[in-house]
Amino acid sequence: MESKKTLPGTPITGAEWENEVYSFRKHSVQLRYAWDAGSAVSGFLEGLKEGRILGRRCNRCMRVLVPPRAFCERCFRSTDEWVEVKDTGKINTYSVSYVNNDASRRDKPLIVAVIEIDGASPGMGFLHVLGEVEPSKVHVDMKVKAVWKPRDERVGAITDIKYFKPLEV
Amino acid sequence: MTKVAIIGVGYSGYAPLTPHMSFKEMMFEASKRAYTDAGINPRTDVGSFICCEEDLWEGISITDEYVPDQLGGAQRAVCTVSDDGLVGLINGYMQIKSGLTDVVVVESHSKLSNVLSQGDVTRMSFEPYYERPFLTAETAVALEMRRYMFERELDDDIPAMVVAKNKKNGLGNPRAPYSAILSMDEVLSSPMVCEPLRKAHIPEPADGCSVTVLASEEKARILVDQPVWIRGVGWFSDTPWVSQRDFSKAVYAEGSSKMAYKMAGVNTPAKHFDFIEVDDSYGYKELQHLEALGVYTKENIKRAVEVGETDLRGPLPVNPSGGKISLGDMVEANGLVRVVEAVLTLRGQGPRSLRGAKHALVQSWRGPPTASGSTVILEV
Repeated sequence: MESKKTLPGTPITGAEWENEVYSFRKHSVQLRYAWDAGSAVSGFLEGLKEGRILGRRCNRCMRVLVPPRAFCERCFRSTDEWVEVKDTGKINTYSVSYVNNDASRRDKPLIVAVIEIDGASPGMGFLHVLGEVEPSKVHVDMKVKAVWKPRDERVGAITDIKYFKPLEV
Repeated sequence: MTKVAIIGVGYSGYAPLTPHMSFKEMMFEASKRAYTDAGINPRTDVGSFICCEEDLWEGISITDEYVPDQLGGAQRAVCTVSDDGLVGLINGYMQIKSGLTDVVVVESHSKLSNVLSQGDVTRMSFEPYYERPFLTAETAVALEMRRYMFERELDDDIPAMVVAKNKKNGLGNPRAPYSAILSMDEVLSSPMVCEPLRKAHIPEPADGCSVTVLASEEKARILVDQPVWIRGVGWFSDTPWVSQRDFSKAVYAEGSSKMAYKMAGVNTPAKHFDFIEVDDSYGYKELQHLEALGVYTKENIKRAVEVGETDLRGPLPVNPSGGKISLGDMVEANGLVRVVEAVLTLRGQGPRSLRGAKHALVQSWRGPPTASGSTVILEV
């Protein structure tokens, strides 16, 4: 790789940028939204508040969709009924993350995983994090179980599940 | 080259608030109606899906990722046009015209009720160095309104008459939530926002979704009894600088209509159409647009309003649907909302007085502070 010194151009220093030596104009906005969750997402979030994971079944393709949707995207029809699925599943894929959103290093690594939920159709499930496990012990297809927040702390959000932990067998 | 028809329309929402459904559920409802109307199955009969939306109004970046499922377009050819719905319709028209596919779905929606900082989103569109420090959406509009009214020597009552007409037209339209009997005096006594713009001039925000199904002539004739043909399309952008515009006329509407007229072979627009749907924001925009379309002139536009020529039962009904004034402002969906209205009217499902109408024009403006817009010519 070429050394920095041989590259053409005029370098800009951090101090020049911070002291606004160059012309620019700043504008900041605070964009605020409140999205209507709709029937399917609302049902799912209400279920979480009660410590239950809910899906919707399509009675044509017979898939159980988790997270639930009001419509089946394969059959293009309204889904038919609510189905309670288990709070266990297996790891489809995972990653051990050592950095935060702003690229700073984490004190403790975060294990993010895609979890296929038991009782949902194959490949169906959601993203969450893993806990009570050493990163080196995690593997694809590992069986896991939800660890819930106490009932009075649950607000109807995906974070009502604190994390998934390895299922004791 | 094949002709292109609209063979199905659907809608959902059209209300100040739609808390009972997510934007996905609203799109599902509207598209299901459109597919039923066209007699098609989106999973097998559609070659391409086009969705018109803008990330900042959605509050989701790269929002096109979130649209296929609810349109029946999962794992199919889907794209987003970040513009007014009419531009999406024109893209769909071109895809069929070019032989790329024979059935295209075009969707557009608004969930404005979910945008808590609407003013901030609009402000983001202002030119940042020279203009943003001074403008709001309303001042940008008021500056143009003042100059247009000055040039045409219009009193305050003329835009107020347009607002009152469109509010009344909406009463005959079950989809128009802001329709009302509103007198000219009530418009003129509504609070001043920035002179000469009053609150009653400003279209109220609304949620809603519109879907159209486009097809080639061959497909259209097989699928439906009453295809509505797209005879001409046009789109045009004027300068982005608010301070550099000719406020006396809507240059974008003039440019887009000329393009569409040439395609459709329309030589005398003032006599060609049975009704017209134009962007009617703030009342005066309807007049400015009608002039730009060549339907009226700067000499006769004032009289046309005064004697009621553009009323629902006048010789040239303008905005029989009630327009944006009655239907509400649905941002990127505004153009497609009017296409749905025009199609229904051409099929005899609109106002009774317009049964038998054969020729319609739909014109759209992308809203403040833009100077961009499109025109589509429809025919049965």
